[in-house]
Amino acid sequence: MSKPIEQRRWGMVIDTRKCVGCHSCNVGCIMENKLPPGVVYRPVIDLEVGSYPNVNRKFLPRPCMQCDNPPCVPVCPVKATWKRTDGVVVIDYNVCIGCRYCITACPYQARTFDFGQNWSNNAASGRDGGLALETGRKYEQEPSFEYGATWRRGDGVIPKSPVGNARKCTFCVHRLEHSQLPMCVTTCIGRATVFGDLNEPGTLVSQQVIRNNAVSLKAELGTAPKVVYLI
Amino acid sequence: MAFSSLGTTHRAGRERLLWALWVLAAIIGGLGFYERLAHGDKAADFSSYVPWGLWVAAYIYFSGLSAGAFLVAAATYVFRIRVLEPISRLSLLIAAVTLPMGLLMIGVDLGHLERAYLVFVRPQFHSMMAWMVWLYTAYLILLFTMLWVSLKSVQPGRNPGAVTNDLATLRVLGLIGIPLVIGFAGGVGALFATVAAREYWHSPLFPIFFLVGALTSGTAFLTAVVSWLWPSRDAAWKELVILLGRIVLALVLIEFILEWAEFSIPSWYQIGSTYDLIRYVLFGPYWYVFWLVHLLAGVLVPVLLLAKTRSPGIIGLSAALVAVTFFAVRLNLVIPGLITPELRGLEQAYSDPIGNRLTFAYMPSWFEWQLLLGVIAFGVALWFVGTRLFPHVFPRPSQSSEVGQ
Repeated sequence: MSKPIEQRRWGMVIDTRKCVGCHSCNVGCIMENKLPPGVVYRPVIDLEVGSYPNVNRKFLPRPCMQCDNPPCVPVCPVKATWKRTDGVVVIDYNVCIGCRYCITACPYQARTFDFGQNWSNNAASGRDGGLALETGRKYEQEPSFEYGATWRRGDGVIPKSPVGNARKCTFCVHRLEHSQLPMCVTTCIGRATVFGDLNEPGTLVSQQVIRNNAVSLKAELGTAPKVVYLI
Repeated sequence: MAFSSLGTTHRAGRERLLWALWVLAAIIGGLGFYERLAHGDKAADFSSYVPWGLWVAAYIYFSGLSAGAFLVAAATYVFRIRVLEPISRLSLLIAAVTLPMGLLMIGVDLGHLERAYLVFVRPQFHSMMAWMVWLYTAYLILLFTMLWVSLKSVQPGRNPGAVTNDLATLRVLGLIGIPLVIGFAGGVGALFATVAAREYWHSPLFPIFFLVGALTSGTAFLTAVVSWLWPSRDAAWKELVILLGRIVLALVLIEFILEWAEFSIPSWYQIGSTYDLIRYVLFGPYWYVFWLVHLLAGVLVPVLLLAKTRSPGIIGLSAALVAVTFFAVRLNLVIPGLITPELRGLEQAYSDPIGNRLTFAYMPSWFEWQLLLGVIAFGVALWFVGTRLFPHVFPRPSQSSEVGQ
């Protein structure tokens, strides 16, 4: 972190052989970023393959690929999204007009739209409805610290960002600024996710991205993802 | 005398019914706009995985109507097509009414409409969407200037020298307008086609498809209006409607050839992801949108009627069928590009129990139809005000009789 930002190049390696499909990366991400319902940054795809008796389950966590050639960036009509010098693709919530063009352009469907819904919207039903409502409201009042700012949810005629915006995984840049790993890396119980500076030759992430079994999703599109999977 | 009185009563009754329908549509639509302003897009059914829905389809439909109607008027002025001169001002008014309808529709679709001005302040010209906004703005200015000059040219008492100048101005404006409109009508297609992530859209044929679609739907709409609302029902009017009917017939057939190319090429060997999407359009849960609404009501029936009849009423009906059912074409261009997961299994990876926003299933909600109804009511109001303020959009009897000379 002592290096200037333009000399860093953040990357992530996900070892699918170590992933047990526990979803703790996704849960950690949701808690860290206070994600509302319908917004998800790191879903874990759970595939059942083969036919009985030769069957298997495969897990594929899918954060934003932080592409070197991101197709979501040039489509934005107002330059609300761009690739930082350290390679992380970010969104300026205060500029995004909510046209959702970037959502259509991402070949990994890594962007979601914040419709302004809250966990407490349907919570007051069932046996523990009151408790769920109370908990949901408390959760919603907690601010998110994405991009190092304080975001509180709002509603109304002019929705308060990030409501009405496209949203995506940021590699937890607000944590990186404080020398902390992205939350999904921290919560992974099997150490299946490795994160680091691809410009540092000695780092584990730099060694793993060049392994023979390292693959990128949809490499043929030329998006050059900085998230690589070990298979 | 008795017959005349009966006809007047009948007409008055029909007018009252139309007014009642408009008021109803305006109330329903107004409530929809209130819901949109107060609570955002929460009641809409589009989602993070199908991020564009009915409103985007409606926007390209209305902007297509505007482009098509404008091209008829601009071609009339630029190429001095005398036979179409009486409908040039009407074409411009239709273009001027349908464009705000499209812009209003896409405006409510934005998550932050209040920031739309940023497209002018900090545009990214690499984005097709930024290009569209700039082209629309230029078109809007040109369109209203042309409408104003064209209406000025037929003001009673205007001297012949000034009229000649007006026509020369209109010719120049039309000359600028034709490439501009071709640019934005094709540009809407390019807005979709340039998205490489969506194979269904990513076709070089898309901009051409959109341009021909705009011409087809716009001309068909104009034909229906001329057939039903023209003030004088003389032989010249009949000849004009027959000519417009022939133009609509040719355009529907050209559009159909393009559609055949768009559907048959990826499907021929029955392999590939675009083939799967075309199967979805043809045989998926909304098969009837293609087969019944578009192909039967929008192509087969109008083609058969337009090829056989010389009756202005039936030509008007056929053209109206083409124009209205063209909405199905627009829906089938937007939605199928979005309904399959880009990564297999994504649809089951994580769900949204509150708003159901992480799904690939899409069916426009009542709220979405409500706003569309509101936009239609808004368009009808614009039309009503436009025709009352500028009665000269319809030619005077002396001009009308010049048709076909």
